[in-house]
Amino acid sequence: MRAIKLELDQDRCKGCELCTEACPREVLAMGSQIHALGYRAAVAIAPERCTGCRACALVCPEVVFTIYKTA
Amino acid sequence: MKRIAGMPESMSAVVTHYCPGCSHGVLHRIIAELIDELDLRGRTVGVASVGCSVLAYNYFETDFVQAPHGRAPAVATGVKRARPNLFVFTYQGDGDMAAIGTAEIIHAAARGERITAIMYNNSIYGMTGGQMSPTTLMGAVTATTPYGRSEENGRPYRMAELLAQMPGTAYVARTHVADVANIVKTKQAVRKAFEAQIRGLGFSMVEVLGNCPTNWGMTPAESNRYVLTEMLSYFPVGEFKDVTKEALAGVHA
Ligand SMILES: Cc1ncc(C[n+]2csc(CCOP(=O)(O)OP(=O)(O)O)c2C)c(N)n1
Ligand code: SF4
Ligand code: SF4
Ligand code: SF4
Ligand SMILES: [Mg+2]
Repeated sequence: MRAIKLELDQDRCKGCELCTEACPREVLAMGSQIHALGYRAAVAIAPERCTGCRACALVCPEVVFTIYKTA
Repeated sequence: MKRIAGMPESMSAVVTHYCPGCSHGVLHRIIAELIDELDLRGRTVGVASVGCSVLAYNYFETDFVQAPHGRAPAVATGVKRARPNLFVFTYQGDGDMAAIGTAEIIHAAARGERITAIMYNNSIYGMTGGQMSPTTLMGAVTATTPYGRSEENGRPYRMAELLAQMPGTAYVARTHVADVANIVKTKQAVRKAFEAQIRGLGFSMVEVLGNCPTNWGMTPAESNRYVLTEMLSYFPVGEFKDVTKEALAGVHA
């Protein structure tokens, strides 16, 4: 079982790209779909690389990320 | 599994009106996390100001008052004096605090009101379309300084250092939210400011440097780099007053 669970509430994303720049493991990228707010949402392209460092959650102004970690 | 990041209970799960990449949202989240962690939600009254954060009351699951432009410290004073057990903070921009609200903030600090003032300094009037504020950097092009801020406009002043001189202040710091490490440090500083109020030590204030990608005409990433280079070279981060250490050592006891 993986020790990290990364969830993105993409409906909140405004496509600012700060999380993709902040992630040290290249887990995140911008998707191609335009959602209801009119932005392209961030997507997790390689969640298996996520270490749960929280950098994305810290820089995201929209609280898109919820992260769980096995204790 | 343990949740290590996510929506704080004290934050409303609505989409904010802030522009993409605007750090107002980061600072809101930091404040809401601390209200949760310090278990203050049931007795918090926030005071919103006028500026882009005028609608802050929609984004916190606490009570909120919306003050006239610049007057948030005066409204907060009234709330706190009427109900001293409440936890009271203001959320103000640089235009709100350092321009129209100068009298209110300076005297609230000098009187040592047991409130916490949070200033989001993006060196511009964001809400009204990007006019020069008292903290706009020299040379910066704004709607009212189309050739760049020059000597005839005076020079930017440093609010945190000014308030640190006030006799009633317990904790005054400047931080920024333009990178991961300093988002963490901002939370530490705001925690200290909140604790200073909880312990009744006096007035506390944190000036947080943040971006305004829209009115600076930059991408969010570029605007954070502007904070890290231009803004930090004029507005140093640091703690300018901290009586909490003295209080711990019994000096003020
Ligand atoms: C009495 C009064 N004067 C002027 C205004 C116009 N006004 C609205 S917001 C604002 C400046 C806001 O700038 P700041 O406090 O830096 O907040 P920001 O939008 O940058 O976060 C001004 C001058 C007003 N609403 N009320
Ligand atoms: S927690 Fe760290 S590694 Fe995982 S997606 Fe976020 S920034 Fe990348
Ligand atoms: S930082 Fe947040 S709002 Fe910005 S692109 Fe990433 S998920 Fe979207
Ligand atoms: S105008 Fe500037 S401060 Fe206001 S929400 Fe947009 S980016 Fe943020
Ligand atoms: Mg401003």
